[in-house]
Amino acid sequence: MSPVALLLLWELGARTGVIPANVLAAPSSVILTAWRMIASGELPWNMLVSLGRAVSGLVIGVAVGSALALTAGLSRAGETLVDPPVQMLRTLPSLALTPLFIVWFGIGETPKIALIALGTSFPIYLNLYAGIRGVEPRLVEAARSFGLGGRELIAHVILPGALPSFLLGLRFALAGSWLILVVAEQINASAGLGYLINNARDFARTDVIVVCLAVYALLGLAADAVVRALERRALAWRPAFIKS
Amino acid sequence: MAFANVHMLPQVQPPAPAARPTEETAPSPPQSPTVRVRGFSRRFGDTEVLRDLDLDIAPGEFVALLGASGSGKTTLLRTLAGLDPADPEAVRAPANRAVVFQDARLLPWKRVWRNVALGLAGLDAADRARAALAEVGLEHRMDAWPATLSGGEAQRAALARALVREPRLLLLDEPFAAVDALTRIRMHGLVLALWRAHAPAVLLVTHDVDEAITLADRVLVLEKGRIAAEERIDLARPRDGGPAFQALRRRLLNRLGVDPGAPPPSPAQSSPPEAELLAYPTGEIL
Ligand SMILES: Nc1ncnc2c1ncn2[C@@H]1O[C@H](COP(=O)(O)OP(=O)(O)O)[C@@H](O)[C@H]1O
Ligand SMILES: [Mg+2]
Repeated sequence: MSPVALLLLWELGARTGVIPANVLAAPSSVILTAWRMIASGELPWNMLVSLGRAVSGLVIGVAVGSALALTAGLSRAGETLVDPPVQMLRTLPSLALTPLFIVWFGIGETPKIALIALGTSFPIYLNLYAGIRGVEPRLVEAARSFGLGGRELIAHVILPGALPSFLLGLRFALAGSWLILVVAEQINASAGLGYLINNARDFARTDVIVVCLAVYALLGLAADAVVRALERRALAWRPAFIKS
Repeated sequence: MAFANVHMLPQVQPPAPAARPTEETAPSPPQSPTVRVRGFSRRFGDTEVLRDLDLDIAPGEFVALLGASGSGKTTLLRTLAGLDPADPEAVRAPANRAVVFQDARLLPWKRVWRNVALGLAGLDAADRARAALAEVGLEHRMDAWPATLSGGEAQRAALARALVREPRLLLLDEPFAAVDALTRIRMHGLVLALWRAHAPAVLLVTHDVDEAITLADRVLVLEKGRIAAEERIDLARPRDGGPAFQALRRRLLNRLGVDPGAPPPSPAQSSPPEAELLAYPTGEIL
């Protein structure tokens, strides 16, 4: 069934009363509500708040994850220091730490951003670390034979070689940040998409809930598009990207 | 018999023999050899791959090293390249040396000219890289990604990357094993031209007797960890498959334990088992 047909059927169900508005609002009313929320500034503002949380958490998570991965990937001492505890902690779902984070950081923005930072630092760490360690040793050896060492070797061989893994980690991190954001925002928020959804739930405003879900989906799509664009640029040398 | 026909496909016309600076035949033990190995041994675990090995290579001399698969050719080349540890008393090689590996080992994330310029210092690095690529006939591909090069082009880029450093010692580890027979013949002409122009000492590791005879001043056979046989080749280049060539070929094949009466291997068969690994290079060398 095509999406358009599905929408029409949904609309028809809502108009005829087969689907009551408190179960699922009609597409037309969802669009109307979306328009109203945009015009009033309610939706853009709360979207910005959510986006701000996701981006702050992601930036911190990427920075921390990268720093740890570089430490563990580029030195043996760093590896023994960093890798075992991180490998131990990664089995713990980040969201399970929510109660602890609330105790530590209160109920403001900090625990939400900290949760996202924690959840995104793991995929970054794991992928970048594996990427650094997985750089083709033959290429490292060839570069060495041409006099590259230390910093030059890292800049010209190891980091570019690990970049595909890093971008894969970034993709996982983005998806994870989104998931954590949705859950974290359900817990005592006074702004953001999660706050809108919570309010709407209390008044059975399914139209508002659907609007917010659509925004989550659109933002997720946009984030994916950004990573894809980044990959096309940064990995232009890969056979898969050369043709296009 | 692809290699006997080298003169029929002069893709790269070698300059007149007179242009070569070290043309005097058979440079017998010169004042100061470029490479000097004395009593060198190398073992992996219980097996001694190289045993009390001696080797001299004169400046500008073109030496081919033959040997069965697993006889230690790559091990010797890696030692001369400084990639494996060695007692400096036993192994003397110039610091200014460059390797062309069997798999070209270009960095896939750097455009061809940047691969050639890798590690070069100075503002003219790009110009030097371009000039080196022009020499191997790849100037038009200098901005290409390595993944788009054919096997022969990748090896030419690897040659340019080695030669741009003007090495005193050029180490080639079966650089033509992976390319098709026609390309290989062209590469032979190219290598000879480059050798004449730059005059490095060359150690070419190969499993191909014809290739060794076509190119080298001197052919060595590695066996049981030492240089077991040596042939000087005074034939003028380009070398055809004349009687002298054939006699040498028979002697060397005999030395390698192959029946020279048997028909010469076709190019497809003459590739060693390693060549099949090229699509997914595994740990033959590392
Ligand atoms: N790094 C290594 N560790 C253990 N054994 C090795 C290593 N490198 C080479 N060898 C062994 O040494 C022998 C000679 O290898 P190699 O020099 O690569 O031979 P060739 O290049 O003549 O085919 C082989 O038996 C090989 O298995
Ligand atoms: Mg070998």
